[in-house]
Amino acid sequence: MVSLLDIIGPVMVGPSSSHTAGACRIGLLARGLVGGTAERAHVELHGSFARTGEGHGTDKAIAGGLLGFRPDDERIRTALDIAEKEGLAYVFEKTTIAEDAHPNTVRITLERGHRKHSLIGESLGAGRIRIVNIDGYPVEVNGNHHTIVLVAEDVKGSIARIAGLLADADINIATLRLTRKARGGDAFMVIEVDEAPGESVRDSIRALTWVRWTHRLDKVGV
Amino acid sequence: MYSSLVLAIRDAESQKKSLSQLALETESIDQGRPIQEIRDALRRALVVMRGAVEQGMVGDMISASGLVGGDAAKLRAAKNGPLANTVFRDVLARALAVQEVNAAMGVIVAAPTAGGAGILPAVLTGIAAARGLSDEKIVDALATAGLIGAVVADRASLSGAEGGCQAETGAAAGMAAGAATEMLGGSPTAVGHAVALAQQATLGLICDPLGGLVELPCVFRNATGSAIAMAAIEMALAGITFAIPVDEVIDVMGEIGREMDVRYRETAGGGLAATPTGRRLARERLVQIKRGS
Repeated sequence: MVSLLDIIGPVMVGPSSSHTAGACRIGLLARGLVGGTAERAHVELHGSFARTGEGHGTDKAIAGGLLGFRPDDERIRTALDIAEKEGLAYVFEKTTIAEDAHPNTVRITLERGHRKHSLIGESLGAGRIRIVNIDGYPVEVNGNHHTIVLVAEDVKGSIARIAGLLADADINIATLRLTRKARGGDAFMVIEVDEAPGESVRDSIRALTWVRWTHRLDKVGV
Repeated sequence: MYSSLVLAIRDAESQKKSLSQLALETESIDQGRPIQEIRDALRRALVVMRGAVEQGMVGDMISASGLVGGDAAKLRAAKNGPLANTVFRDVLARALAVQEVNAAMGVIVAAPTAGGAGILPAVLTGIAAARGLSDEKIVDALATAGLIGAVVADRASLSGAEGGCQAETGAAAGMAAGAATEMLGGSPTAVGHAVALAQQATLGLICDPLGGLVELPCVFRNATGSAIAMAAIEMALAGITFAIPVDEVIDVMGEIGREMDVRYRETAGGGLAATPTGRRLARERLVQIKRGS
């Protein structure tokens, strides 16, 4: 359903809702994977992102997102300089991610301390985005909800346990998706929730012995 | 939200409501949000729109490629044009201003898109300033514009990559024409004719930006799109009607967009982008962007 506020909005730094605002939102979501500003970022631009990205400030918008700037933050204009000052070393590269990939696709790989994570995101127009892959696991995250991602050993009852923790914290689950690469292999869980999960929820999920790692990707509404 | 303007106009007329009131009520039910909250969001959008107009009028915003910038200030200062000292000329300058800010990575409201973001603020704030209309009147008009845009999104498209420039500046002209017609006291029926009159004038308009950048001709299309909106408002308020119902005009825009060759849909493969000069400028300017100058 089309919302009136989708039409009169978003408020954003120009010039392009897909190449600038959407790119920034993908950067913001990627930031959540390493829980803050990364030390190193490898950004691979595909399709139209690669062809016209520079003129649209796609690189600045992604760097801005990685620094925690929202799509309407004017600091995006100088985000590449700010990144250097804040110790974020970045490399932008043009590539073909897949022949049938969406025209505006980017793969972002981030390193912070001992952590290294990557995601593939698509910018769909009007600032809307879709994250289709995190660390090699196929996912579907649109950034319109707060999202918890976690990798867990494939143990029975894991979903019930996590759902219970969220219910105890009075957090409503909007969607839950579980994927795994092989039977008995690690499971990748993507949980979109209505309320922002606090530190205590994260800590109690992390305390579960079968959870390898978990992160909260903040809502990046347009 | 409605997917037919004809139906929305019928409902508004029969319930003796303005289209903005109908739009706000429908949005409130659709999204489960109080009307006040929706009006607050539109009020924030208006603040940003006004900020972009003011910022662009100064004339010091230059785009990434250097192809556009400074023309809003030039138009505002000009003395010998036939439209000097008129609301019409002020609206044209405001449209250039917002789009120059957009091209220079300033803050704008994508309404409906970034590429067509100059038209709605130019027409609404320009007319409101000349007539001394309140901000609440403009907020109402923005709700009507949102309703019109939602119908266009549903029946046709709001994306240059899908439907050409008729879906971006064309849709924006239709939204601005309808919204301003209501703001100036036009009935819901008159609003419908204003949208049809504006949208018919942009049918077939291709999206052909140099180098694929939202700069040239986008900045100027926002000024000319505003001119089309102003003509439509003037006609609709005079009681002039358009014989083809507005939904059908929007449908044919969608149909033309689907038939449009991919070269004319934001790929820089045709139109002005593919002229000898268009290609040369894009090549030179993209080199300049890479150098970071």
